[in-house]
Amino acid sequence: MTKRELSWRKREQFIEEKGVIFLDNVTKVYSKGNPALNGITLKIGKGEFVFIVGDSGSGKSTLIRLLLRELTASNGSVYVMGSDLANLKHRQIPKFRRNLGVVFQDFRLLNDRNVYENVAFAQRIIETPANEIRRNVPTILATVGLAGKYKAKTNQLSGGEQQRVALARALVNKPAILLADEPTGNLDPKNSWEIMMLLEEINQSGTTVLVVTHNREIVNAMHKRVVTMKRGIIISDEEGGEYIDED
Amino acid sequence: MKISTLFYTIRQGFVNIFRNKWYSLASVATISACLFLFGLFYAVVMNFQNIVWKAEEGVSVTVFFHSEYDLCGSHTEAQLPTDERIAEIGRQIANRAEVSEVNFISDEQAWETWVNQNFKEDYEVLSKAYLDNPFKGDDSYEVFLSDVSMQSALVTWLESIPEVRKVNHSALTADTLSGANLLIAYVSMGIITILLAVSIFLISNTVAIGISVRSEEINIMKYIGATDFFVRSPFVLEGMLIGLAGAALPMALLYHLYSYALNYITESFTILNTFLDFLPADSVFDVLVPLSLAVGVGIGFLGSITTVRKHLHV
Repeated sequence: MTKRELSWRKREQFIEEKGVIFLDNVTKVYSKGNPALNGITLKIGKGEFVFIVGDSGSGKSTLIRLLLRELTASNGSVYVMGSDLANLKHRQIPKFRRNLGVVFQDFRLLNDRNVYENVAFAQRIIETPANEIRRNVPTILATVGLAGKYKAKTNQLSGGEQQRVALARALVNKPAILLADEPTGNLDPKNSWEIMMLLEEINQSGTTVLVVTHNREIVNAMHKRVVTMKRGIIISDEEGGEYIDED
Repeated sequence: MKISTLFYTIRQGFVNIFRNKWYSLASVATISACLFLFGLFYAVVMNFQNIVWKAEEGVSVTVFFHSEYDLCGSHTEAQLPTDERIAEIGRQIANRAEVSEVNFISDEQAWETWVNQNFKEDYEVLSKAYLDNPFKGDDSYEVFLSDVSMQSALVTWLESIPEVRKVNHSALTADTLSGANLLIAYVSMGIITILLAVSIFLISNTVAIGISVRSEEINIMKYIGATDFFVRSPFVLEGMLIGLAGAALPMALLYHLYSYALNYITESFTILNTFLDFLPADSVFDVLVPLSLAVGVGIGFLGSITTVRKHLHV
């Protein structure tokens, strides 16, 4: 067995035991004030669908930023796909992020490019051959229901459509994990549900989905695992749980 | 990196310029304005300096020797130079570092030149009036200097030669020209440095602003997993292309303006040509064009690379 195969096998074994995302007693303290995360431990298995809920300041965004390796933990360890993120060098971060699909509340699309270019861009980054890009992008656009709009500029689209483009971009490289930070925050109820249904579909195809949200109706209706955070700690973690009203 | 990715980043560099056309135009305009001013001042200063250099080149020192025909002279027999000694002194003068040219002028040449300069049409009359050359025995050297500020040192040395009777020179002219040259050098160096510093500041700020407004775009690329090289390359190429255009445009404009102005002045004010020696366009722009292009492209490159770096830590 080669060294590479051995390391791959060890990683698979780690993921099997600890999950695709594993936070081990993680604390994050910014330069001033209280810790944003205070010794949290969280294990998310392969193929799970998890909601992270909590009020503003509960630490949800810090958690996402740690998982993206935008921040590093002040204490404890963050493992994603078996990699200890603290050990990643700056030049290794881009390759690591290609394992993740990310969707934001404000879509974060390249507004001077059309729908096709926005999605194709994610493939260009990983140096996908041009003929594969031409094949993959229309397929993923059809999956998110935007097959007919590939030429449209993103600022000509509705909020729901823009979030679909963001989803297509996040999914085109077939990531193992999809992180969605308030994906329905800027959408009306109808569009919110459509996006959630898409996320469910994506999850059923084997992708681990982590959704940070404030949307009580959706969380309660979907009966997924719900992790509730408050002031930097996890106050509940329940399979098929509900949005806990703190008031 | 794949060749296709390289071509993609190059294409993006060009595409970005058109995509952000207003920013590109503003950047090119800023760079052009800065380098136009810089180039204009440089051309004026170079001409000014050239005029002074030419004037300096015309400054000469004339060395006369003791002669047996010098009736009023108080020379001794030993101070009368032979032809060989005069030739030897000529060689010694020519070997000095500050001397650019030495011309021997015999007494006949001196008389002929004087007559030609002053009484060209009455040469016949003068020949009859003066049966003998009044400059008889006044062999001399006309010495031109490469550095006029060294004139006094040369004169001191010449005067110390026993066979030398007299050294004609104008200390005032030499000092004035030397002072003017120094003043022009200092002032132009100061102004060029200030202009260049202002240009660098304005250009790098323009590039920085243009990139900062697209920091969101850089963030998105980084979140998706783009490498620093992939993110940076189009911006750097864009910066360099903008710098190149911003430098090439004012240079082309200045070259034509300069050539036109030179033609106009030399044709319309012919009298100026007798005492002002303007530099041909090529000798000004041979230095100015590469310098401006290097400044434009260099600042475009450095400005974009440093500004993008600030936004890469996502």
